[in-house]
Amino acid sequence: MTYFEDVELGDGAELGRHTFAAEEIIAFARRWDPQPFHTDPVAAKDSLFGDLCASGWHTVCTWMRLNVEASERLIAEARAAGGPIPRFGPSPGIFDLKWPKPVFVGDTISYRWTFVEKRETNSRPEWGLLTYLAEGTNQDDEPVMTFNGRFFMGRRPE
Amino acid sequence: MSNKAFEDFTPGDVVEFHHVTVTEDDIIDFATDWDPQPMHLDEEAGKASILGGLTGSGWHMVCLLMRGMCDGFLLGSTSAGSPGVNEIRWLKPLRPGDELTMRYEVMSARTSKSRPGIGIVHFKFETINQNGETIMTMDNPIMFRRRETAEAGS
Repeated sequence: MTYFEDVELGDGAELGRHTFAAEEIIAFARRWDPQPFHTDPVAAKDSLFGDLCASGWHTVCTWMRLNVEASERLIAEARAAGGPIPRFGPSPGIFDLKWPKPVFVGDTISYRWTFVEKRETNSRPEWGLLTYLAEGTNQDDEPVMTFNGRFFMGRRPE
Repeated sequence: MSNKAFEDFTPGDVVEFHHVTVTEDDIIDFATDWDPQPMHLDEEAGKASILGGLTGSGWHMVCLLMRGMCDGFLLGSTSAGSPGVNEIRWLKPLRPGDELTMRYEVMSARTSKSRPGIGIVHFKFETINQNGETIMTMDNPIMFRRRETAEAGS
């Protein structure tokens, strides 16, 4: 998958798994989302969630880190093979982000993405716009995070 | 600390709730943890990218907004979290030295049918830089307990 033209809808990748420990849930929340149900195990018992759970942004940022690591591997493989390097441009945004269930201490989340739409753009002829579905599921195979994201990918030179 | 409850949000309210300045170190620290792409880590790599300079991760903008929301009005409120986000748009890059202002508009506020003690407030959030440019918008509902429910301790 080097150019926008190579992408087939339905293509995707498993990004790996991450287990959320109490310490990192609290550390992330103290920095970015210090609501009591993410920082205080006692207060969390009285919240709608019923127990300490990760900030939804922690769940999403973990997806992003695994996604970047996967892209870096793709780029490294292309470089090692001596071929053209895929180019990834900026993202204009995401939509329909849902957190269907909380991520509790000790949950192991498996992350993946799948391409769901591709579109040529008139304004940036060197780039194509891709839409993917990002997903995270817990150890019981229940979805804990889904969203659709978009980013630009370099097109095959004419 | 805020003491806001569902009743304090009225459709049409527009409130500036937070200001923050973002340094180059802030951008690199966030990217190192969560989005280690070259254009978020290194000025030279940023110059070579389509955005032409070191830029912050879009997820950094989101986390800054989340922290601003906490400090600005969520902590101490009756907030009960959010089921999701309809849309986030990254309109302009985040750059070192940016002085950001965060603002919400209340789009709607209604009581939950399944849980009458809870209300759902739908917000449009905007992050605006020192040049008056909106660099990001986020459109999402947040659940708040109603004041009488919260005071009754349920």
